Amino acid sequence: MTDKATMLEQVDVQGAVALLKQQFPDAVKDDSRQGYSGVIVNKDSLVEVATYMRDQLGFDYLSSATPVDYHGIEDSMEMVYHAYRTTGGSALVFKAQTDRNAAEIPSLVEVWPGADFQEREAWDLYGIKFPGHPNLKRILLWEGFHGHPMRKDWHEAYYEEDHKPFESRWPEGWVRRAEEMNVYGKNVNYPADLDLSKLSDVSEETLYNDLGLGTSVQHLGSDDQLKTDRLVVNMGPHHPSTHGVFRMIVTLDGETIESLEPVMGYLHRNHEKIGERNTFLHNMPFTDRLDYISSMSNNLGYALAVEQLLAKGARYSPPTYRAEVIRVLMVELTRIVNHYWAIGFLLNDLGAFFTPALYAIAEREKILDFFEATAGSRMMCNYMRFGGVFKDLPERIRSVAVKVNDMVRDYNTMDYLTELINERIPRSIDELDTFLTDSEIIKSRTIGVGYLPPDMAIAYSAAGPLLRASGVPYDVRRAEPYSIYPELDFDVAVRYNGDIYDRYIIRLDEMRESVRILKQLLPRLEKTHGQEIFAGNKQHTPRVPVGESYGRVENPKGELGYYVVSAGDEKGPQNPWRYHVRAPSYINLTALGPMCVGHKVADVVAILGSIDIVLGETDR
Amino acid sequence: MYGKGIAKGLWVTFKHFFATYVDDVRYAGRKYMRQENFGVRQGLNTQGAFTVQYPDEKIAVPERFRFVPFLVTEDQDASRMGEDWCTSCGICAKVCPPQCIWIVRGTNPETGRPVPQPEAFFIDIDICMNCGFCAEFCPFDAIKMDHDYEMASYDRTRHHIHDKQKLSKPSSYWKSIAPTTALEEAAARGGWEHSDIIKSMKKAGQTPVPPTKENMTFEPAKLVEVAQPVAVAAVEAPAAEAPAPKRAAAPAAPAAPAAAGEKKKFDKAAMLEKIRQRKSEK
Amino acid sequence: MAQLDLRELNNTEFPIPDEMQGNVAITSLSKLYNWTRRSSMWPLLFGLACCAIEMIATAASRYDLSRFGMEVMRASPRQSDLMIVSGTVTKKMVVPIVRLYNQMPEPKYVLAMGACASGGGPFKEGYNVVSGIDMYVPVDVYVPGCPPTPQALLYGLIALQKKIDGQSLANMDDVPWYGVGPSEPTPVPILGPDIIDPRQMDLIRRQAELAAKGLPYGVRELPPLKPVSTPVLSKVTPKAAAPAAAAEADDPAKAERQRKRDEALARKRAGEGAAAVAEAAPAAPASGEKKKFDKAAMLEQIRQRKASKG
Repeated sequence: MTDKATMLEQVDVQGAVALLKQQFPDAVKDDSRQGYSGVIVNKDSLVEVATYMRDQLGFDYLSSATPVDYHGIEDSMEMVYHAYRTTGGSALVFKAQTDRNAAEIPSLVEVWPGADFQEREAWDLYGIKFPGHPNLKRILLWEGFHGHPMRKDWHEAYYEEDHKPFESRWPEGWVRRAEEMNVYGKNVNYPADLDLSKLSDVSEETLYNDLGLGTSVQHLGSDDQLKTDRLVVNMGPHHPSTHGVFRMIVTLDGETIESLEPVMGYLHRNHEKIGERNTFLHNMPFTDRLDYISSMSNNLGYALAVEQLLAKGARYSPPTYRAEVIRVLMVELTRIVNHYWAIGFLLNDLGAFFTPALYAIAEREKILDFFEATAGSRMMCNYMRFGGVFKDLPERIRSVAVKVNDMVRDYNTMDYLTELINERIPRSIDELDTFLTDSEIIKSRTIGVGYLPPDMAIAYSAAGPLLRASGVPYDVRRAEPYSIYPELDFDVAVRYNGDIYDRYIIRLDEMRESVRILKQLLPRLEKTHGQEIFAGNKQHTPRVPVGESYGRVENPKGELGYYVVSAGDEKGPQNPWRYHVRAPSYINLTALGPMCVGHKVADVVAILGSIDIVLGETDR
Repeated sequence: MYGKGIAKGLWVTFKHFFATYVDDVRYAGRKYMRQENFGVRQGLNTQGAFTVQYPDEKIAVPERFRFVPFLVTEDQDASRMGEDWCTSCGICAKVCPPQCIWIVRGTNPETGRPVPQPEAFFIDIDICMNCGFCAEFCPFDAIKMDHDYEMASYDRTRHHIHDKQKLSKPSSYWKSIAPTTALEEAAARGGWEHSDIIKSMKKAGQTPVPPTKENMTFEPAKLVEVAQPVAVAAVEAPAAEAPAPKRAAAPAAPAAPAAAGEKKKFDKAAMLEKIRQRKSEK
Repeated sequence: MAQLDLRELNNTEFPIPDEMQGNVAITSLSKLYNWTRRSSMWPLLFGLACCAIEMIATAASRYDLSRFGMEVMRASPRQSDLMIVSGTVTKKMVVPIVRLYNQMPEPKYVLAMGACASGGGPFKEGYNVVSGIDMYVPVDVYVPGCPPTPQALLYGLIALQKKIDGQSLANMDDVPWYGVGPSEPTPVPILGPDIIDPRQMDLIRRQAELAAKGLPYGVRELPPLKPVSTPVLSKVTPKAAAPAAAAEADDPAKAERQRKRDEALARKRAGEGAAAVAEAAPAAPASGEKKKFDKAAMLEQIRQRKASKG
């Protein structure tokens, strides 16, 4: 034990890589491709190496596992893993390569259960098989879908070109709706070998058959007990408390949950496929629509990922100080907005219909007014750029343009922010606190419900408030600081009980910490007033050097990561070859099933609400 | 004591309930009648959130607000009246993330050479994601994000691909909805005119008039009435005839962008005729 | 603000004495029906994506839907009159949506909120995205924007109220649900290899035959790009699309009536496979002067596309 502790202190990531190579001389080699980092692990000894990494080197947290299809470059596929230590520090990146035609990589679910959904996604979208995976079936699409759409040679019905911008838009851009090109007038495309006799919906059958339904009636308990059947209850995708189009299939024994299977993909809008066709800049407004409640933070994560890539090139100027201050301002305001929303709707799920939500989101409108004045839109801010932000803060929240209503929101921006940060937001946080924290109803519904122990939280790759409410003080802003967080004074909120109540309390704590950060930003904004907000020239098609990068930020919902690969000049100089989003909502759901088992069916929505998911990000 | 927490929570609810009446008393019935009070209610110093009585009153959108894009047309220079500022360079079509912009580059029918003017311009607003990149990266300030969000329609097949005619709005309209930004842009160009004109003026040895707030060629008061017709009606209508503005405020014909048509201060038919003449001359 | 004012109901044909104004209303049955219907429009509590957040913001204190009698958001389709399709409709989700629509009691209305629900939006090109909910269920009002602000949504809802005000009980095209017999449910799509609209079974079969013969399939042979409003899908739905286009030429009012009739007809005839395509018929945008287009190049492009697909 002492050995391990000292090793954690002394061995950094380079040292860990060296140790790995020493331990597995045949299986581990450096990734020597230009712009790449980490190691390539022979897939046959992947599980062994991963176990060593977790147990001996201390990389206990698997952040992201994602496939890349190198069709046309190397004709191979690889899985890219990013493992971290929950004590902080940068990533140990390792990859396993496989043949495209018979893609197969051993499953790492045994080592990190958090790989579960990510491997299922890899199977669904890339067709990589994972021997050893307990439940390898499609997750975002439905059973029976033709092909694996994220493969580079798979084209959808409205396919036009590999890369944007499309030729047909300019200079001979006579408009054509994409529907017109399709015989069916719809976005559909059937395989050539369509079997007409089998045109039926198999997805639902498969779903329920796996639960043992339709085969035989199962009796629970021994003969002398009450004879009950298992009851399977389907919740969603249309349900008022699933926070969007999320679906759960719950197997019940009486009122008690035996197992819960999340079903998702009802908002799978092909973010990554579109993202690989887009240019680097095109993706910025698309990231708004991931976690649509906190678009500013999504922007920041993506900007960081691409800036990491740009930094590999010769001509790169990092964002100016004022740009960084504004970025942090926006991101922390977003965190407050998100937590208002999360708390309000958690209470909605507990049965306090809409009143707490109304109180919580009333103040949100004021923050959105500020976003609208600065970025142009209430929700889809599209505010960050590579190397800065879109525009400086406006002088005034309202312009002088419209005479009618010109008293509305006509404030000096700094006055507005000062009032908001020093008065209004703290007041409303306190109000929520008074309103809810001591309420006996809330306490009895939440304390001890949905318990997630710290070791399990880490194993399931839980992130954000979910992880920290279980007593793991892991926050990317401190673990691997970015932007100007190192110079800001704040605490990582942490709670130790790991139940719904603590997840609620920790959001209040985080909002208060955010206010603390915002108060420190105000003098910085004053001081940097008038300084540049953009370094270098603003380009719409920056030349992005070859390589990979993983940019991650502490989003309100947890760790948001972007894995971006630039294949460089020969394969489309402006388009990412791979664009992957490590969505906190998606991976946090891995722990939903285990958390719900043993609780009553009414607690499911509360537990789900306490995770705080958003479907735009879950399904992407 | 059991129930104390619930009581505390209910006290918060009661305070909210009470606060609404405090406000009513403070404005003593004038709450919904005077425009200033609307400002106060929606302002920063008020407690809680007050309802915007849309469509009788509207929250005016900020300057940077973006909805669907529009094309800026000339309305200052008499010789170019009604012409597009767009030079059909295609940058907006390239930076458009969902690729909702279609441009046909203008060509001279005789020489077959491209001319700096779009022959046709389409935006599919069913694809547009209102991101504002087109306006941000347009080197000629020729495409801008509109503030007119009232565009619900009954039929998307006919109304949701905006062509050039529907997209075009005069530059004074842009100045009226975003004066600060327009001033900044003009300062960057070096004059109120289109950057090409400024260039040619400089070549000819003329200096364009430096743009200031004062020489902005529009009268705010007039344009305001057009931009916010409903709000004005609501203000002017005496309170006794309360129901009338509500009905009048409802959209007359949501399908047809009547308001947009009115906003244009110039004769569109004449403008089109002029363009046609110019083309035939060429 | 939301006080009942009887004058709203008055039918102008019968003058009411001044002293009785506000106490007595004389009205027609249609008007009364429409008034009640539009004043208590209960939306389905149903959010899909980003737009749903703006919808909730519209229902919250600042914009307050209850001023329109719409605050009662019902989670059950059986109790709701209006479906606000707020967000991207994916192929996986359209199946439940059609089911929900079928479960709603008539009269029922659909409002497509935002670019995605209207026509696919920025995600239109995606493989799992339905390019407009009107491909599957008839839509009454489209609200553009990504996302529409709460005020834009309110404008759309007012537009819907306007539409209801204009309906006549005497005209079965306006109010098909008061006709004889139960109305046909919209066929629920099937999740096969790709989403399958049961109304297009024949078309799919024909295309599959083409594919079996090794011929190009699935792509439409396009006429040269001449932006006149010719009904592009006329081959598929001669009944639904063609008359509307023909009538359009001479009289706009007539065309509008014709279109409404076609729509109602299509609604009724949903089972026969006309509705979706008629709704979808992407008429090329009408616009002013258009240029000649290089037909050969276009055909070549199509051929290339086919080759690359096959």
